[in-house]
Formats: sequence, structure tokens, C-alpha cells
Amino acid sequence: MLKQTLAAAAGIVALAGVSGVAHAGPDLDAIKARGHIICGVGTGLAGFELADSQGKWTGLDVDLCRGVAAALFGDAEKVKYVPTTAQQRFTALQSKEVDLLSRTTTWTLTRDTQLGFDFTGVNYYDGQGFMVAKKLGVKSAKELNGATVCVSPGTTTELNLADYFRANKMSFKPVVIEKVDEIRQAFFSGRCDVYTTDASGLYATRAANAPKPDDYIILPEIISKEPLGPVVRHGDNQWADIVRWTHYAMLEAEEYGITSKNVDEMLKSDNPVIKRILGVTPGMGKALGVDEKWVYNIVKQVGNYGEIFERNIGAQTPLKIERGLNALWTKGGLQYAPPIR
Amino acid sequence: MSQATEAGPATARPARLPPTTDDGFVGWLRKNLFSSIGNSITTIVVVAFLVWLITWFVDWALLHATFRAETGKDCAKSSGACWALIGEKFRYIFFGSFPYEQHWRPLFAIITMIAMLLLSSDRRMWNWRLAVIWPVGSFITFLLMFGQIHIPVTLIFLVALIAGLGGFLLRRDVADQGERVAYMALMAIGAVYLVLRILGVLPGLAIPIAPFSYVETGLWGGLAVTMILATYGLAFAFPYGILLALGRRSNLPLIRGLCVGFIELIRGVPLISLLIMASLMLPLFLPSGMNFDKFLRAQVAVILFAGAYIAEIVRGGLQSLPKGQFEAADAMGLNYVQKTVFIVLPQALRVVIPPLINTFIGFFKDTSLVLIIGIFDFLSTSNQALVDPLWTGYPGEVYLFAAAVYFFFCFSMSRYSKYLERELNKGTQR
Repeated sequence: MLKQTLAAAAGIVALAGVSGVAHAGPDLDAIKARGHIICGVGTGLAGFELADSQGKWTGLDVDLCRGVAAALFGDAEKVKYVPTTAQQRFTALQSKEVDLLSRTTTWTLTRDTQLGFDFTGVNYYDGQGFMVAKKLGVKSAKELNGATVCVSPGTTTELNLADYFRANKMSFKPVVIEKVDEIRQAFFSGRCDVYTTDASGLYATRAANAPKPDDYIILPEIISKEPLGPVVRHGDNQWADIVRWTHYAMLEAEEYGITSKNVDEMLKSDNPVIKRILGVTPGMGKALGVDEKWVYNIVKQVGNYGEIFERNIGAQTPLKIERGLNALWTKGGLQYAPPIR
Repeated sequence: MSQATEAGPATARPARLPPTTDDGFVGWLRKNLFSSIGNSITTIVVVAFLVWLITWFVDWALLHATFRAETGKDCAKSSGACWALIGEKFRYIFFGSFPYEQHWRPLFAIITMIAMLLLSSDRRMWNWRLAVIWPVGSFITFLLMFGQIHIPVTLIFLVALIAGLGGFLLRRDVADQGERVAYMALMAIGAVYLVLRILGVLPGLAIPIAPFSYVETGLWGGLAVTMILATYGLAFAFPYGILLALGRRSNLPLIRGLCVGFIELIRGVPLISLLIMASLMLPLFLPSGMNFDKFLRAQVAVILFAGAYIAEIVRGGLQSLPKGQFEAADAMGLNYVQKTVFIVLPQALRVVIPPLINTFIGFFKDTSLVLIIGIFDFLSTSNQALVDPLWTGYPGEVYLFAAAVYFFFCFSMSRYSKYLERELNKGTQR
């Protein structure tokens, strides 16, 4: 009893003046006892988290939750989704309403420390970009001198925009509009030449709101860093490990060419790395505290990172997002997983 | 008119019809639409505009519309509306993330709620029947939505206590010996059980009723959520508001102060801030791991908010009553409860029906604010349908559809308010 009290007190001191909530107990036990994970998603962003016509959640972030469930329970369907708004998401995680957040949340220092969270990785490297109408004939953001730019107020987006234009000795006329819907309307009705926000948002807006998506292009320049990734609470490192390595497993699977289609044949592979990854040579699952077939389950039921990317936001979808920064490190991108060994 | 100047009594002459240009359709047109050059021009312009608008709409909504399509891309081939989108998404819009193959459950829950509301809108039901309709209707609704309900035995005894107490207070002087004993017995049984339960002598039992699979509130969505939030929000807020209004006019300073403080506090903040308090602040104050259902928190916030507004409306009705009514009731020897229930409220509520229904309509639509705490009501599911990248670019169709559904409910309430005004004011309309 005294030990528990001390532990709780230590937890409170560790988070003193920050979240106001102590998390001493292991979340993993609670999740295992419950039999499913509770995943905080967004309230609807095409390609990332979206309820389809049947009411099933789909998207890049949703597939991460499914992957975690596959690793932990061997069943990707053992997830309950809680839609959270941007304001409400951190409280939902702090108050244990959700086990993890997977909803396009930018990894920053204060969120990682002060709020009492751990970011377990980056499942989408985003950054601020520019969208223009094709008929302007602009090919690069460097040609935007004197442009009218639609931007929302009070965000880092607005500051990044000003910094970028100043650094490149260009001028611009900002059109500052509070509501996202109104910004979109202003841009597509031609009130401004350029619309700037996170590139993923630009792609989604183009696919979802443009009268003719093919009339608009997203310029190649990305002017800020917005690493989006899953978040868990401080206090249960094993749970954080499982979430972290779920993402890495998806990357490793892609790197070694393991897909949901060929994973059964891959079980017979002679490659020692693949044998380790798929649990043919046991040890990895035990180390992580899950079933030895955890990667097999993830890949079989959800897919590798490349498959997930292409299925939800890739070139074949209406969003048409290129891999870019999110390509594997072997292909010039930033997605790099530590070895599973 | 010219006849008046002619000689002879008017009755002696056969009455002539007015000139055809003053009567009938042509006459009506002349009088109302073409009485002057200015009016004629206005008429022609407005008619031309309406014809253009209606042709455009019919053309868009019917003639060139797409009713069947695989994805939104197929709709783009035609210039008209993409109703195929509604066809694809209407189940999601109505029922949200409720398990797809069990959508009949929220459907029947909605039908049950509508039936319950229709029944209780009939004046002939305004008696003990309401006390049957609402518990039965609510039970069916929530059994369908949850799939499984566990009724705590404590609740049954609590209801017995309240029923006994209510009956005793209201009918103390009119009931015969047997009825009074029955009320007292109910009260006694309820009170004894509750005391024993609180002391921990009796175990907390529950009666499980579980015909379907359990569906938690997080999966509820669409029209079912809007209707539950609005119906139960107002059903609880109405009596609560009346109590607040009565409390505000109480002679006891403590009760009056509490009621005034509560009403002003709630009315002084927007509903959004209450919802955010309920969803963001409350969980942080509660002990770690203890969490109320998010839906319940939103429902309580709606009840508190609506209660404060209804209280002020009811207070307006109370103030419109002449003092003589109160004095007459006192002179008859009625106690406070009898006076309020039989004399004051029936008259006060009659006066405030239009503003009350106005508030109801407002709250029906205000429930869409729950989106900000991540609950998917009817408007949110409509919005969600727009996000699907396979079906993009047809917001007009979805919003028109949503507007039509909202209009159906709000217009029905507005018509009912009209009917109720006529019905209840028959006595004063001679």
C-alpha cells in the first residue's frame, strides 16, 4: 500500500503542474483485460480517418490502430474508435478515454514532454505546401511573388508563410479567413491565387472540395516540418513499445517485400531477417510481449506500410498523394525502421 | 356603388353581378397583381424569376440528375444532381457507425420515439397514460439502441417511493382511505429498501434484459442521436425548467438564490462551452480511470442548458397570471402542490406555448453542436458523407437532404404548436 502510494506520488511529482493526472498503472493490462484497444481518431479527414458508407472507419491512421490490434490480439478488428476533435484529443488521451491517439497529430517538443505524452513514431511526414490553379502556369513556389494567399489566422501556417516569403524576398497579399470551409470556398472561387496549409490537407481538399480536382496542382516545395504520428500517455512503456514497433514492423515488411498477398509464402523464406520478422525464428514476439506471429498478423490483416499508403492516400486513390518524404529510406524517403532483431 | 344614388329601395331591384373584370380569377389578378404599372412590372419580374428558378431546379434535381452510380465520378457525366450519393450514404447519414447489419434497431428506435411523441401530442393522452407511454417507449428505444439493459432493483424502489410521494401529496384530501394507505405503503416500501440498500444490508441487484448484442453509445450516430438528444434533453429539461421557474418565485431565499444563480450561470455561457466543459474538464477532475459515458455527459449538458431557458419562459407564464388566481386557490384551502399543479401551471403553460415550442425547435437544431466533442449527430454524419474521396464534390445534395429532414421535424413542431394554441385557447376565443 505504501509502495503504491509512493509510486502514485512519484507519478504526480513527475507530471506536476502539467496534466494534473497521474498515470501509474500499466495501460497494457487494462487493454488486455478489456480485449480490445480504444483508438482516438479524428472526425473525418479523407484518406486518414473516415467512416465509410457502412460506418466502418478507414484510413492511414485507422490502419495503424488495426495493426496494433493485430499485433496484440491477432485480430485487426479488435479496435473501438472514438472520434475526437482537435481541441478534445489530448484530454481524451489524458483522461484514459482512449488508449492511443492516431489522428494526424504533429510531434512537437511540448506535446511530447509537457502534456505527458510519448510520440511513438511518424507514420506520415507532412509539411506545409501550396496549392494553385493549373491555369496560372506556376511550377514552383519561388514564382509566387505578389500572389494573393488564402490562410487561416493564428496558426503556425500563417507564420511559416510570412517567413518563407521574406526569406525568398517575395511579397504576398494574405487573405486571412478563420473557417476552413470559407477558405476553401474563397480559394476555389478565385479570391486568392494560392491556398496554403499542410500538404495532406491540400491533397484532401483538392480531392474532396475542388469542383474539378485536375485543375489544381500542389507545388513541390514543402516549407515546414509536420511529422504526424501516433501518441500514447506516459506511464506504460511496454504499451508504447507495441505501438512503436507496429509501425516499424509495417516498414520492415515493406523493405523486405513482405505483402499481405505473399506473406504466407514468405513464411518459407530462407532469409534469416524475414524468418525473424515473421516469427519463424522465435524470440521477437516474446521480447515485445506479444505473440510470435505478430508481424505476420499485421501484414496479413492490414498490410505493409506501402500497401496501406497506396490503399488510403496513394496514386490510385482520389487523393493522389505521392510517397515523397514517406518513401522508404532505400528509395530516398524518410521512413526508416530500426532492425527487428 | 352607383346603384346607391338611384331612387327606390335597394331590395326592389334584382341584384346584379359585379363586372367580370372585378370578380373571379381575372378580377383577383387585377386587384392583387396588376393594380398599377409598378405592381405589374414587379409581378412580371418576380414570376419570370420564379419560373426560371423552378425550371432550373427541376432540371437539376430531376431531369438531369443521376440516381444510380458506382462512385461520384459517374455523376460528373451529367450536369444535374447526384442523388446516387444519397442512395449510397443515407444509411450512414441516418444511423452512423451502428453495426451495419443491425441498422433496423436504430430505425425502429426512431420510429418508436416518433410514435411516442405523436401519442403524447394528443390531448386525450395528457393524464396517467403519459406515465405509461414514456417509460414503455423509452424502454423500447434504449433496449433497441443498447441491445441489453440492466435494470437496477434500486431504481424500481426509487420509482415506487416517488410515485407514492407524488400521489400522496396531490391526492391527500380527495383520496379515500384505501388509496391513501396504498400511497403510504408504496412510500414505505421504497424508503425502507433504499435505507437498507444505503446501509449495505441488501445487495445491489439488477435485472438483465438482453435480447440483442450490446452496442455502446460510441457507435451511435445520425438521426437516432439527434432525436435522443433532443427528445430526452427536452423531456427532462421541461419539468426541470418548471421546477426552476417555481423556485425562482419561491418565498424561501435559499431556494430562490440557488435557482436564480443556476439560471443566470447557465444562460450566461454558450452551449458550446458547457459541452466542452462536460467533455474536456470533467474527465480531468474525476479520479483517474473513472469515466462517465461521453454521450451521457452531452445529454446532461443539453438538459441543464435547455432547463435554464425553459425556466425563464415558464416564469414569463407565471407572471402573466393575475394575483387573484393564487389568492382564490389559497382561499379554497389548496396546499402549495395542489395550487401549483391544478391552478397555476395549467394557465401559465398555456400562455407560453409559442415561446416553448420555439425553444424546442431551437434545441432540436442546437444538438448538432455535439460534433465538437466527437459525437456524430445527424448533421455530422451528413458532413462525414461529404469527406469520402470517392464521392466528393456534391455538398449541395447532402445538405439539401439534411435540410429536408430537419425541416420535416421543425415544421411539424411548428404546426403542432399552432394547433395546440387553438385547442387550448378555445375558452378565451368567443
